[in-house]
Amino acid sequence: MIRRALLKAVAVPGYQVPFGSREMPLARGWGTGGIQVTAAIIGPADTLKVIDQGADDTTNAVSIRAFFAKVAEVATTTHTAEATIIQTRHRIPEAKLTEGQVLVYQVPIPEPLRFLEPRETETRKMHALEEYGLMHVKLYEDIARHGRIATTYAYPVKVEGRYVMDPSPTPKFDNPKMHMSEALQLFGAGREKRIYAVPPYTEVVSLDFEDQPFEIQHFEDPCALCGAEGVYLDEVILDDHGGHMFVCSDTDNCEDRRAHGHRGTLAGHALEAAE
Amino acid sequence: MTTDTLIGPGFSDPVFQSQGAFRALLAALAEPGTRQGVAGGITPPDGLHAATATALLTLADYETPIWLPSVLRDGAAGAWLRFHCGSVLVSEPGDAAFAVIDGATIDPALSAFDAGTDQFPDRSTTIIVQCAALDGGETVTLTGPGIARSRQIAPAGLRPGFWAEVAANNDAYPLGVDLLLSHGDAVLGLPRSTRIGEAL
Repeated sequence: MIRRALLKAVAVPGYQVPFGSREMPLARGWGTGGIQVTAAIIGPADTLKVIDQGADDTTNAVSIRAFFAKVAEVATTTHTAEATIIQTRHRIPEAKLTEGQVLVYQVPIPEPLRFLEPRETETRKMHALEEYGLMHVKLYEDIARHGRIATTYAYPVKVEGRYVMDPSPTPKFDNPKMHMSEALQLFGAGREKRIYAVPPYTEVVSLDFEDQPFEIQHFEDPCALCGAEGVYLDEVILDDHGGHMFVCSDTDNCEDRRAHGHRGTLAGHALEAAE
Repeated sequence: MTTDTLIGPGFSDPVFQSQGAFRALLAALAEPGTRQGVAGGITPPDGLHAATATALLTLADYETPIWLPSVLRDGAAGAWLRFHCGSVLVSEPGDAAFAVIDGATIDPALSAFDAGTDQFPDRSTTIIVQCAALDGGETVTLTGPGIARSRQIAPAGLRPGFWAEVAANNDAYPLGVDLLLSHGDAVLGLPRSTRIGEAL
């Protein structure tokens, strides 16, 4: 049943297919949609990577990776290039994904119009009629109030010129990576019982205005550990005197760069020495 | 239905055989026009290609009515699907979640099947078109989601006007049926999002 929903989701990119979400061995809202999608596709030949806000080593990522290693007996990895299936919560890896890889998103609220129109009957009609004026009004009100589009995550996109889709709450920094991606992207929302998909080489365009074009976040300083520029950074508080550093959100990318000798301002010593 | 039909076995290892087949079907619809091997390791009943039988064994169950040409429905294939999938075999194309048609036969038209509704375009028929071969026929160019620039396919043994029907199916996007062309143990996917015609 989940597999049938996935096939229809791929055939109509960006459209949310209702499915009978099952009980999972963890609470709804902790990645049950992503787990169901991963479980529907994973097989002995796969290598699984799980990330949580870009990190391989946070609780949710470690638990879900251990779960599939145990119940599906699949190989797991933290290296983006080695993975065939990457389950993610709210980031897209910095390394470019390639053909044959599948990115599985855990989605909390799949309906991009939900905070503008709470009734499912109405949002379903709006999608059917391609009536997305409300979303543009929302973005316009951002500009009227803040002078710019203030939405920084879950930034709405239009898929293949038809459906407006929630890219799950990834930072808008990741939106351009969805456009014409070589990897298949599958989205599972367990609590909300929706599955949707973006096939490889599909147009994913962030909504904007001619005079207020879509922009991604820019960071002034590079990663404090690996010196990477043009990647998404997390702020880490160092002490209670306002000390802080910005480090890569994608831990695999950061470790890989440090292993290749890149050093940021706070890198200190080499990784080998730390072990 | 004849009662003296011996029903052949289905999957010997359902978990892994259906998973492997599903990944091939997912790849077929995510990358339209690519040839995907759906080797289920089963012996299909008379009238169904191995890929057709494996796909239905993987996807169909008691919730999915299947439409078959009457010669298949009343024969070994119908009995096999009833037993292994538990699906209802319907006589109206518009009632079917899955359908198997012979690519060379004129009836029924693709438009006779369920194209879904504006609010639920996912509730449409998935049609498995059994053809004489997946290459060697008229060459058509595909563009759309899942295709980097354009892709050419040339399945053989399709009825005259078939590609016009597929193009009309795409015109109704996001409504429409989704097609899997099958021959032997391979399939080509043609979801409704795929455009037929010259490369851009």
